[in-house]
Amino acid sequence: MNAPARRSDAHGLDDGLDTFPKLVRLNARRRPDKIAIREKDLGIWQSYTWSAYFEQARLIAQGLASLGFARGDRVAIIGDNRPQLYWAVMATQALGGVPVPIYQDSIEKEVEFVIDHAEARFAVVEDQEQVDKLLNVKARCPRLQHVVYDDPRGMRRYGDPCLMSLAELQELGKKFEAGHPNHFDDEMARGGADDVAIICYTSGTTGTPKGAMLSHRNLIVTARNAARFEGLGADEEILSYLPMAWVGDHIFSYAQAIITGFAINCPESAATVLHDLKEIAPTYFFGPPRIWESILTSVMVRVEDALWVKRATVQLFLRLAQDIERRRLGRQPVALWQRLLYPLGNLLVYGPLKDNLGLRRVRRAYTAGEAIGPEIFLFFRGLGVNVKQLYGMTEASVFVTIQRDGDVRLDTVGTPITDVEIRLSEQGEVLFRSPGVFLGYAKNPEATRETLEDGWIHSGDAGFLGQDGHLKIIDRARDVGRLADGTLFAPKFLENKLKFSPYVREAVCVGQTRPWVTALVNIDLAAVGNWAERRNIAYTSYTDLAQKPEVYELIQREVERVNRSLAEDQALRGAQVRRFLILHKELDPDDEEITRTRKIRRGYIGQKYAPLIEALYSDRDHVPVEAKVTYEDGRAGTMRADVKIRDASVFAVPEAR
Amino acid sequence: MSQPAPARPLLEVDGVSVRFGALVAVNRVSLAIAPGEILAIIGPNGAGKTTLLNAISGFYHPYEGRIAFDSTDRTMLSPPDVAALGIARTFQNVALFKGMTVLDNIMTGRLLKMRGNFLLEALYWGPARRQELEHRAFVERIIDFLEIQAIRKTPAGRLPYGLQKRVELARALAAEPKLLLLDEPMAGMNVEEKEDMCRFVLDTNQEFGTTIALIEHDMGVVMDISDRVVVLDYGRKIADGAPEHIRKDQAVLDAYLGVAHD
Repeated sequence: MNAPARRSDAHGLDDGLDTFPKLVRLNARRRPDKIAIREKDLGIWQSYTWSAYFEQARLIAQGLASLGFARGDRVAIIGDNRPQLYWAVMATQALGGVPVPIYQDSIEKEVEFVIDHAEARFAVVEDQEQVDKLLNVKARCPRLQHVVYDDPRGMRRYGDPCLMSLAELQELGKKFEAGHPNHFDDEMARGGADDVAIICYTSGTTGTPKGAMLSHRNLIVTARNAARFEGLGADEEILSYLPMAWVGDHIFSYAQAIITGFAINCPESAATVLHDLKEIAPTYFFGPPRIWESILTSVMVRVEDALWVKRATVQLFLRLAQDIERRRLGRQPVALWQRLLYPLGNLLVYGPLKDNLGLRRVRRAYTAGEAIGPEIFLFFRGLGVNVKQLYGMTEASVFVTIQRDGDVRLDTVGTPITDVEIRLSEQGEVLFRSPGVFLGYAKNPEATRETLEDGWIHSGDAGFLGQDGHLKIIDRARDVGRLADGTLFAPKFLENKLKFSPYVREAVCVGQTRPWVTALVNIDLAAVGNWAERRNIAYTSYTDLAQKPEVYELIQREVERVNRSLAEDQALRGAQVRRFLILHKELDPDDEEITRTRKIRRGYIGQKYAPLIEALYSDRDHVPVEAKVTYEDGRAGTMRADVKIRDASVFAVPEAR
Repeated sequence: MSQPAPARPLLEVDGVSVRFGALVAVNRVSLAIAPGEILAIIGPNGAGKTTLLNAISGFYHPYEGRIAFDSTDRTMLSPPDVAALGIARTFQNVALFKGMTVLDNIMTGRLLKMRGNFLLEALYWGPARRQELEHRAFVERIIDFLEIQAIRKTPAGRLPYGLQKRVELARALAAEPKLLLLDEPMAGMNVEEKEDMCRFVLDTNQEFGTTIALIEHDMGVVMDISDRVVVLDYGRKIADGAPEHIRKDQAVLDAYLGVAHD
């Protein structure tokens, strides 16, 4: 930007380009005919250029202004990813207002909470479904005055005076503009980098949602840093399919799109996402682990249905690709024959498969939100899709760490991006500081104080930094404990490692204030049953199978595999699993041992299986149990079994390679 | 919604009987459907509902009586002629082309609107191409309207039953009918599918101004969406009125609950 008269601050925001509307205006001038946004509508990808983007958003803003929009007004935005809703975000910001996106599948009560808490005066929504919610909510949220909808379908007989279609609003905007030619430009000029750009309400598993306020500076600097860190260009294409209320979509589909000028694509409907993905073939893609899992499942189902020759070929080459990728990530040599076979696999399997999934053009893709299973990660990387792990939070404007190209690991979330500092608290909690650190929670100074201290964010995650600068997240901080000798003990991390084995369905690790770590394991009846059949091991029930010596051997190998990988980790080396047992029954939500979403209820299990746990810390090698079980029809019964206990080998530091 | 209809009825059925040999399936039934109305035809099994619908759509010819559409007598027309007049229907048992995609199935609903020229069609050139694009654009509006984008390219035979019903409705709508005859549009559906279908029927009526006559067994649905209800029993019309009126009608209650004949 060669504008010497303009003031530039520490992060290179000059005051002509310090808000998103100003950046959109720049795009509309610099690359007016470049496509900014596409939407599949009526079966065709309809596209809008950057000049159309700015033009449409300006008319919405003028329309809002004609309704008496004042600076600081909050606008609720609810609906699927639609160009009109992204324009409404920009329109709101241009007038100095704050967009508040709300999850489109929220129930009325949740919508009411956010509308009321954010004190929204306006709402711009997609369709009748959302209008219905708002009309019901309106009686209890008197501040809400205007509801604007995009899709007029089914709205003909709605008479509420607060309602208006987006087309009508834009018409009002045109009239307003004729009478107030400078209003829009003046309002835009008044906006600055430190205005609140958006409030993202985080769902939160505990308590009421909190509204994280992010400024234009937070978002612009962070999105730009990440874009440079990753080398994004204006020729990227992304699919905007994750909820607009989620900060990730806001960063990828709004902030980064505007900053780098790339095109976003809105799918036709939630049901067509995988199909639209194939048509668009994005170059930049983001998905939480469950999305990657569902793509993988869709592939595997089709493989199972294929002719045996095809199935065998696909499975052979997929195994090859994963093996090669595992070696690469582990910095191990790849055999010559494998190198020679890979191009053939690419021709026969990987290329066509990527093409079919719409991942052929992906230059970089992220997975984040929770731990991704190594098999899934290796599957996509093996195909040649550059999936990387990312660690981020709403309160950080998303980006904290990313795995750099060429420095991807299975078990870390990468290194801090530009301008991000990370340190660990004494309890092992991850703290970070960056230009993306939010302004605070709206109307909730107490929660802000708990999270934000001297510019450092307390993430609530326990982790550690490797010598190579890679951050590793191990658990939610409140679950992390210490062994009797002070060694760090992260139960969920260990359990996840155990559960990556197909034979382990559930695992509960014990160790808090104990001398060493022990584990109670549930086998996967289908997988272990299949394994047993192939070896001619007869069994009658889960309880019977679980106590077979061969099965103990099998699980012991899995436990020792986990121990071996823990030995490579300086901080977790002391927390290897010394003794384990296989539970005589499956953990069951009916018995209140796990929740319906399959989260372990540690406290309850600790009490219920106290005799087993005590035996794990004694020198006995078996323990008789008598357990009450609840059958599906509600009857209760008693079950007797003799549970064996095994020692597992622990490993010292692996020899330097 | 249930305004008295001073306007000329869109469809008039006057003393119509349909006979199969000695069996009188429909016995001197008269009814009128006003433009923009949603009329439900109900009655116990074998009451003659579907036969009446078939007579209206030209599949059966009445033994006596007359049927007028848009004030013109058309008692003896054949189904294609009836369709050309602007009456479309769906069937009790789904009647789609199972091997064709949803899109192609709905395109067949446009056939009557196409002005064919074999050569131009084959070459996909000039007016034929333009025409095809126009029809496709219209069909896409209906796909959007009925929210079936995700199955556009799926063969109809592979769809679950509820969706097949929706595709059938789409094909009927593609003909831009003035009068839409729906034969048990919600039969065999679960609660959620029924709710969706109700919404689509109401939206069709509102958005396109289509007049609708439907046969339905689910009384909840009938009471919710229809402006007027006609009740048949043993081929005769035994009641005709607003839903809240029908609910209390003694003859209707007797027909449904059964009454001791002594």
